[in-house]
Amino acid sequence: MNAIILSALGGIVMMFTGIFTQNKIVIKNIAIITLLLLLIGNLLHFYGIYMLHVDVKDMLQFNNFGLFFNTIAFTSTLIYFLLSGTDITKVGINVAEYFALIFFVLCGVSILTSFHNLLMLFLGIEILSIPLYILTGADKKNLKSNEAALKYFLMGSFSTGILLMGIALLYGASGNFSIESVPSTTSKVAEMANSSILTPLGLLFVFVALLFKVSAAPFHFWVPDVYDGAPSVFTSFMATIAKAVGFIAFIFLFESRIAELGPSSRIIIPFVIILTLLIGNITAVFQQSVKRMLAYSSIAQAGFMLFVLYSNNDISSEGILLYSVAYSFATIGIFAILIKMKDYTFEGYNGLAKKEPLIAAANTIFLLSLAGIPLTAGFFAKYYMLLSAIKANGQNALWLVIVAVLFAAVSVYYYFRVIQAMYFKEGNPEIATTNTSFKVILLALAAIIIFIGLFPTVVLNFLYF
Amino acid sequence: MPIQYYIILSLALFCIGIVGVLVRRNAIIIFMCIELMLNAVNLLLVAFSKMQYNTAVIANKATTVGAEGQLFVFFIMVVAAAEVSVGLAIIVMMFRNTHSIDVNFLNRLKN
Repeated sequence: MNAIILSALGGIVMMFTGIFTQNKIVIKNIAIITLLLLLIGNLLHFYGIYMLHVDVKDMLQFNNFGLFFNTIAFTSTLIYFLLSGTDITKVGINVAEYFALIFFVLCGVSILTSFHNLLMLFLGIEILSIPLYILTGADKKNLKSNEAALKYFLMGSFSTGILLMGIALLYGASGNFSIESVPSTTSKVAEMANSSILTPLGLLFVFVALLFKVSAAPFHFWVPDVYDGAPSVFTSFMATIAKAVGFIAFIFLFESRIAELGPSSRIIIPFVIILTLLIGNITAVFQQSVKRMLAYSSIAQAGFMLFVLYSNNDISSEGILLYSVAYSFATIGIFAILIKMKDYTFEGYNGLAKKEPLIAAANTIFLLSLAGIPLTAGFFAKYYMLLSAIKANGQNALWLVIVAVLFAAVSVYYYFRVIQAMYFKEGNPEIATTNTSFKVILLALAAIIIFIGLFPTVVLNFLYF
Repeated sequence: MPIQYYIILSLALFCIGIVGVLVRRNAIIIFMCIELMLNAVNLLLVAFSKMQYNTAVIANKATTVGAEGQLFVFFIMVVAAAEVSVGLAIIVMMFRNTHSIDVNFLNRLKN
């Protein structure tokens, strides 16, 4: 509850800040302080300290899993503000509003990590998405940004329509909006509505809509264009925090109900996973722009995160948290460096190691983590996801795990292309001047990624204390 | 009227909306088709809500079963209004830059 209230208040505070001051540094610092308060408020919830005691009528339920994801999301946002805060202020003139919109996205995130009712799922997704449409189009004079915003908006509201249809059908079958499958109050209703069709159909609609939101194939087509067209700072935010929370919504919704999707669910989910991995990885290989490559790589990473639906057990829940940490931290770091570059193509990175050895080293660690090389957080994230599949289905899951590992090997190719450009090619990369604090935070982030890669249980222990 | 009629009507409207989104190339019309999809859902929710009420009221005269379905409709309307305000702003912004609202025009990002 703290997180929802504080993030909404944080958004309002930022909007008022925009009235009283135009100083970009002041606005940025206020945003960082507000975010710190939000983070503390969320941590207090762990210890049972609430701001308000609201009777939520069981529409929201707070558990350690959701609160822990909130903490991850807020920490990632804090790192994002520290690294790219200055670049956010350079996108346009309405600086305070960008921060306000980010706080509203975080409000959506906190609702999605605690919903226990389909109404809250719907509101959470909308509160998350609508500010993102605006942020995508923040660069008003840039045609690419306009185009990305329009595409994102049309695709987003289209998937909302599908989600709502699913919710309506589920309501028809059960007579309430609870996410648990409660048998209808009167059996006669169930008979009349022929709920044997309504429930699987409704779940399928919701499933498809959520696949849209987490950018899984075959509903991924908007992702490359939107991520490419949006201002780079906001792509960084969209591709990490706003995306990972979709999987949390998935877990809450399908934990108990995945079987109700019908016997076909055992075929659909592996199919979606393989298609996502295939399209994400293979297309990423052919990209010339690092930004677009990262967009496809985010589809590929979503393929790994989808294992949480396949295995649906304790290890996969731990794995998705670890994956969110590893993926968000690394992607935020890579984007923070990308924003500073003049040229977004692979050639633009040529010779970066000679000019900026520290930045190149940090970038290498982030890329290694995304590729899942041991000693980085990304390795254990992938390991947990694959382990969960084996634990859930034993021998039957083996082929899926092998396919996933093969695609992870493909991903090494395009991540290492950036490393190769930085270290083994001659060139004079144009990079904006960076101050010392930027480099320090970047190296600290790299250190955290290696630390999690060595001791992943340190992160996961938070879940059980 | 049996509930099946409402379900069929809503699904028909919903499908018209989906086909419209996929086929039409004018941003405003696509937008209207999305609204049509949302309104099909509203209709279905109200129909289901009434159906739940009609069955529950036989057992208990003072029942409130089915009220939440109609409440949900209000939430959909509010969110749709918020989406319209953002969406139209985006379309206007694009029109200012390109003097067109044809989505076929939007292929700069492909290459």
